[in-house]
Amino acid sequence: MHRFANPARFLRLASVIQPWTAAVTLLLIGAGLYFGLLVSPADYQQGETVRIMYVHVPAAWVAMAAYSCMAGASAVGLIWKHPLADLIAKSASPIGASFTFLCLVTGSLWGKPMWGTWWAWDARLTSMLILFFLYLGHMALLNAFDDPGRGMKAAAILALAGFVNVPVIKFSVDWWNTLHQPASVTRLGMPKIDPSMLLPLLLMGVGFTMFFVTVLLLRVRLEVLAAKIRAIRLTQIHGMPGADPSGEALG
Amino acid sequence: MDSLASYFSMGGYAGYVWSAYAITAVVMVALALLTWRGLKGREQELKELQDIIPGRRGRSHDGVAEKG
Repeated sequence: MHRFANPARFLRLASVIQPWTAAVTLLLIGAGLYFGLLVSPADYQQGETVRIMYVHVPAAWVAMAAYSCMAGASAVGLIWKHPLADLIAKSASPIGASFTFLCLVTGSLWGKPMWGTWWAWDARLTSMLILFFLYLGHMALLNAFDDPGRGMKAAAILALAGFVNVPVIKFSVDWWNTLHQPASVTRLGMPKIDPSMLLPLLLMGVGFTMFFVTVLLLRVRLEVLAAKIRAIRLTQIHGMPGADPSGEALG
Repeated sequence: MDSLASYFSMGGYAGYVWSAYAITAVVMVALALLTWRGLKGREQELKELQDIIPGRRGRSHDGVAEKG
């Protein structure tokens, strides 16, 4: 029964912590916008365009974190057949896809004035585009089968196979020295960025991550309810009066 | 007024900087709103389903009992 108890406990926990994660999200992004748009200086080389960094880099962080979350949940779902893990993987991919999209678009808007081009087949840019397609493929596979369980399994295998791309994204700037600049924050030793710029970047980074957590919790709740509705409708169709229509088994 | 105008011009890069912020805001707000509406829709649907099935009353279920 522990399998069925877990989603119920999760739902209760989620609705308790959700208002807090939402409040922290708003606070951090509000502070990040204040410091990023008003307090922090323009860059001596990039001028005011450096402010694009405060949305571009956090979007990239969340895009990769969401993928890691999705791949981890997929592994748990495949190995232990935990229904909640499958729902977490399913809930994470649209959010991850949205942030990958934002990362690509804001990067393009930054690349045009600074590199002179909207797009280049640079290693970092290309691996990020592959991440976007992995998310789209994951969402497509989930809905490609009549049996949601099979779709979940196929999508989980794709998520795990595609996980190789995450370290490739991370180290692409070191392995292929092409256009995109190397890491400034997540490097060994001290970050190579001025504190006046690091503060808004970290505020936005944690703020975007909390946004991801908040929306993920909402989506998992949505998916749990959707599974219950599906279960009730199935018992209605098959007209089994003795069957438990609560959908707990899918809960 | 001048300083405000020069602030919004972003050193001549207004189009790039504000577009980046605007699209980020639009995507994040849309994602949050669509998710919220989807959740409320499912809650409503589940409640209606449980109301038409006899013997469902009193068996409060996770995520359904609490109203938003």
